[in-house]
Order: sequence, then structure tokens, then C-alpha cells
Amino acid sequence: MELIPALARWLHFLAGIMWVGLLYYFNFVQIPALKAAAADGTAAGITKHVAPRALLYFRWSAVVTWLAGAALLGGQFVSAFTLSKGHALIGIGAWLGTIMLFNVWVIIWPNQQKILGLRPATDEAKNRARRTALLASRANLMLSIPMLFFMAGGLTHRAAFGL
Amino acid sequence: MKNPLDSIWATIISGLVLTAALVVAAKNFLL
Repeated sequence: MELIPALARWLHFLAGIMWVGLLYYFNFVQIPALKAAAADGTAAGITKHVAPRALLYFRWSAVVTWLAGAALLGGQFVSAFTLSKGHALIGIGAWLGTIMLFNVWVIIWPNQQKILGLRPATDEAKNRARRTALLASRANLMLSIPMLFFMAGGLTHRAAFGL
Repeated sequence: MKNPLDSIWATIISGLVLTAALVVAAKNFLL
């Protein structure tokens, strides 16, 4: 096994687990917890101490995952993204991952900055930001399901689905 | 109509449906 692809695959998995793990943390744990915490006035503990740290690792692990994935594709990068024969399945996974990265940096993070008070915003703008960030985060949760299916594609998929 | 992304379980079901749709599309148009 060549060293660069082996290290890229390892880093892709490590960073990807952190990224998707934090995405699942937000959707399965933090969002429902914030609702409960808002009811008893303890939400500030989450929004002040937990959410900014989780978002820091979330957005940067997304970048590392994508870059390590691109390094892993190497010379097959263009074939994957153009869904060429033999690379279409990993290409679908790569496109889904790229859309998710776009959602993180272009939709989720700018809106979270308003919600957490890192950027000035009126109450109305904060409410809009909450809704937009929630939908983008949920869209990424939805996209992670086919993304992981196509990323993990191998002999099992060929046997079970004829892919 | 309610947005399925408002419910975590509807989001997961949407992800599974999207997976199935992409598998069918890949088998018929890409492979």
C-alpha cells in the first residue's frame, strides 16, 4: 500500500467520524436538549460553553475530511466528480459530501454565529437564523445516509445490490 | 404540508428513500 493514500484514508476516516459524529450529536442530542434547557432556564450553559466548541471541531473536521478525501481520490478526482464509468458510486458519495461541506460553511456556520451572538443580529434575525440553521443541519443528517452508503460501497454492495 | 426535516425520524426516512432513489438511478443511468 502506498503511504500517501493510506494516510489520506486514515485521516479521512478520523476527521469524517468527528464531523458526522458531531452532526449526529447536534441533531440527536443538542437540539432536543436546548428545547428542554430553555424551559428551565439552563440553555445558556449549552449555548455559551458547549455549542461554540462543538461547532469549532464540526466545521474544521468537515474541511479536513473533504481535503483528505480529495487526496485519497488523487488522479481519480475528476473521474469521480464527473461520475465516469467505474467511479460513479464514489462520485455520488463525493458529491453528497461536498454539498454537506457547503451547507456547513455557507449556511450553518454563518447562521450559528448570529444565534450564539458572535455576530450582531436582531431578535427577528436570530429567529430566522435558528430556522435556517436547523433545516440545513437536518438536510445534512438526511444526506449523510446516502453519502455513507456510497462512500462505504464495496464488495458487500456488489453482492447485495448488484452495484 | 409539514416539512419532513422538522422531525428527526422523517429526516431519517427521507435519507433512506433518497438512498434507494440514488441506487436505482446509479444502476440505470451510471453503471
